[in-house]
Amino acid sequence: MTALLSVSGLRVGFGRDPQNHEIVHGVSFDLAAGETLAVVGESGSGKSVTALSINRLIDFGGGRITGGSIVLQRTDGSSTDLAQADEAQLTRIRGAEISMIFQEPMTSLNPVLTIGTQIEESFRLHRGLTGRQAKAAARDALDRVRIPDAARRLKYNPNQLSGGMLQRVMIAIALACSPRILIADEPTTALDVTVQAQILALLAELKRETGMSMIFITHDIGLVAGIADKVMVMQAGEAVEQGELNQVLDDPQHAYTRHLLHAVPHFSSGRATRIDGQRGTSASTEPALKVDGLVVRFPVKGGLFGRATGAVHAVDGVDFDLLPGETLAIVGESGSGKSTTARAVLGLEQSTRGAFTIGKAAAAAEGVRPMQMVFQNPYASLNPRLTVQSILAEPVIASGGRTDARTLSRMTKLLARVGLTEDCLQRYPHEFSGGQRQRLCIARALMLNPSVVVLDEAVSALDVSVQADVLELLVDLQQEFKLAYLFISHDMAVVERIAHRIAVIYAGQIVEIGEAASVLAEPRHSYTRKLIAAVPAIDRRHETFEIDMRQVPSLVRPLGFEPQPADWQSFGPDHLARTEAPDGAKPLVTDDA
Amino acid sequence: MNYLTGRLVTFPLVLLGVSLIVFIAIRLVPGDSITAMLGTEAGLLTPKQREALAAYFGIDQPWFIQYWRWLYDLFHGDLGVSVTYGRPVLDVILERFPLTLELALLSMIVALLVGVPAGVYAATHNEQPSDLGVRIIAMVGQSTPNFVLGLVIIYILSAGFGILPVMGTFTSIWQDPLTNLSQMILPAVTLGFAFAASVTRISRSAMLDILKDDYVRTARSKGASSRAVIWRHALPNALIPVVTLSGIEFSYLLGGAVIVEQIFALPGLGRLVLDAILQRDYALVQGTVLFIAFNVMVVNLLVDLAYATLDPRIRLGER
Repeated sequence: MTALLSVSGLRVGFGRDPQNHEIVHGVSFDLAAGETLAVVGESGSGKSVTALSINRLIDFGGGRITGGSIVLQRTDGSSTDLAQADEAQLTRIRGAEISMIFQEPMTSLNPVLTIGTQIEESFRLHRGLTGRQAKAAARDALDRVRIPDAARRLKYNPNQLSGGMLQRVMIAIALACSPRILIADEPTTALDVTVQAQILALLAELKRETGMSMIFITHDIGLVAGIADKVMVMQAGEAVEQGELNQVLDDPQHAYTRHLLHAVPHFSSGRATRIDGQRGTSASTEPALKVDGLVVRFPVKGGLFGRATGAVHAVDGVDFDLLPGETLAIVGESGSGKSTTARAVLGLEQSTRGAFTIGKAAAAAEGVRPMQMVFQNPYASLNPRLTVQSILAEPVIASGGRTDARTLSRMTKLLARVGLTEDCLQRYPHEFSGGQRQRLCIARALMLNPSVVVLDEAVSALDVSVQADVLELLVDLQQEFKLAYLFISHDMAVVERIAHRIAVIYAGQIVEIGEAASVLAEPRHSYTRKLIAAVPAIDRRHETFEIDMRQVPSLVRPLGFEPQPADWQSFGPDHLARTEAPDGAKPLVTDDA
Repeated sequence: MNYLTGRLVTFPLVLLGVSLIVFIAIRLVPGDSITAMLGTEAGLLTPKQREALAAYFGIDQPWFIQYWRWLYDLFHGDLGVSVTYGRPVLDVILERFPLTLELALLSMIVALLVGVPAGVYAATHNEQPSDLGVRIIAMVGQSTPNFVLGLVIIYILSAGFGILPVMGTFTSIWQDPLTNLSQMILPAVTLGFAFAASVTRISRSAMLDILKDDYVRTARSKGASSRAVIWRHALPNALIPVVTLSGIEFSYLLGGAVIVEQIFALPGLGRLVLDAILQRDYALVQGTVLFIAFNVMVVNLLVDLAYATLDPRIRLGER
């Protein structure tokens, strides 16, 4: 049987001189009908360029195919080399025989057109449908991607839908004309983990229904296990390994594949949690930070004179304590209130109510700022115009100190401690890599000898191998300085490796809190279970995930609304979960977006 | 309509502020209506005659009393009487305004009809010789003062083709549309040229940005042709900065285009204000400036409403 798509010796270059600026150096693979090929690689490996070359969208991104062929078996039985095809031929193939979905659903739909118009366009272009027929076809397409209330949603503009919904709309557009090949370029990278699971489940189901083939581009080798039949690993523009899924994952031949499989923290349901510094093993029991009933609300204004008509309950009654030398991870999805909690604890966000108690020892000491923060994006959180020395001096100066010999000696000591040399002091942030910059941010946070460090998605923006090193550094520093970490993250695999305790936050409230191993191994709250079930892992092969149509509850409440006091149930020495209403988590207010 | 009422409430407040500033500013200019009218002969007036004239012009009182009186009349729909024309200020303005409005509209039409396609063309032929050509013309258009272009047009037509621009008494579009258009087309092109150059540049750069956007790639992945991608997907998004620019330029033109009016001998608002200032015709200056300020505010409101229609993400009244 001939392959549906056969790529051989594909070479792609960029710019005016594509031969000498080659990004993809001779990639070959075959895709059979109904098969899913996963292309895995780190940023810059050429995986997206390869994908965009197949339907020749690369032409519009400044790329040129400089060699090789891309032979597609057409619906009518003939075959076409897409590398040689002209634009008129390509517009007939794109969307009809080869479709594509992209990484950022939020920006991939035209903001000024309704989603109905954008879906109809596919039918108009390839099926010649117009008017009522096109509208009916668009409604069916939305139904197919399980968007409830499709007829009404057709009139929505993209800004009225959430990222997960928009990715479904993108899938509806891509599959409108039943293409035989779907190219999915990191389709879930920008989405929350539970939404990611939903999209993957939907793609798997649609693939079964239609029998289409899929090329799935991803940087996350864990994701591959659930969806692929075959895997191709790319590094620096070359395919270093390809083969059947089980073969590549269980018996990787190439060193880079093994590296990818080992560098990535794999989620293992609480079997890889930390064994050092557990609660109760250290002598000190006085918390470094204690938070009582933290509430953060943002007024919603409306009407002619901008009166408050309601409030966004971003954080709604959060309590926890944090001992010295302990990591509390706060996990939750975007919009759950985890970052707002961190910002409120630091005073970056005005809290509406609630009390913080900082450990007495820390509060009394001279020249100490008890809490510091490390942010997500190391590229944006260092001032590009300042030298490393000025950056490290900043917290000292801000707290009334000066750059004297003592400060300088602390700088060099900390730089050495985070793995940078002394000569870095006169250099500027752009001279450092992402991982090194995050080390600088950590050194800056430690300048004032804090007792609590808030790490807001501190390793999320780093490449996987760098991520592992930075996590290791954080653990070492914690042991050395008895630091308490408040670790905000959406990544369960990372959390598993650094947290002693975990607090799961949902819609502004903690729903489950306790010892990491216990929470991850035996989640008690339905939301925690859902969150953990959605985490991709290499040992979860072809596991089906239930498609759940429930909407995230809106956090907007009427003025004066107070939530019910929490009712906690205990599941062991250090494991509490909120008691749920008997009929599961019933959303208080449903919202479209 | 909350947004609209909110905006309309601010209208009178802004007008009040504008009128106060104009009222004081025009009185800070040395000289007064009497000297402006009589010239050197003003020196021959006896103090009694001068007093009588001042009382006649209403400038015998302190400025705040004058202002109060003017405001009081304004609330009764009376903008005062122009001393130079001896007629109510509002009548004089309304006589001139249709021409200014028509000129501004025509220039904008010329600018959009030329500028938008030129900008789109340049953006889709980025870094090619044709793009460079469009960019050079646009640069020249923006940096040439419009009177130069006006004079060049008149010279070429009269010296080269023996055609003289139709001058003489201005004919309104209601009396004779053809004569009117033949009188207006040259000034409109003159004003529209620089306007078109700005529109070209801004639509080119907006298009260039938008053609790199993700949704344009999505449209291409659906199999839309390049033409559909440009006109259906990219252009509506690129029009927002064009609307902003057109609003600013248009409200500027509504204040009158003094030089072009002068060259083509058109009785528009620009020349009216200039003459009024030179003649110290206080009532006329105040009235005209107030009228122009009102128009600018209406244009700004229309621009905001246009944004909301073009881009559903913009919801008026939300911050």
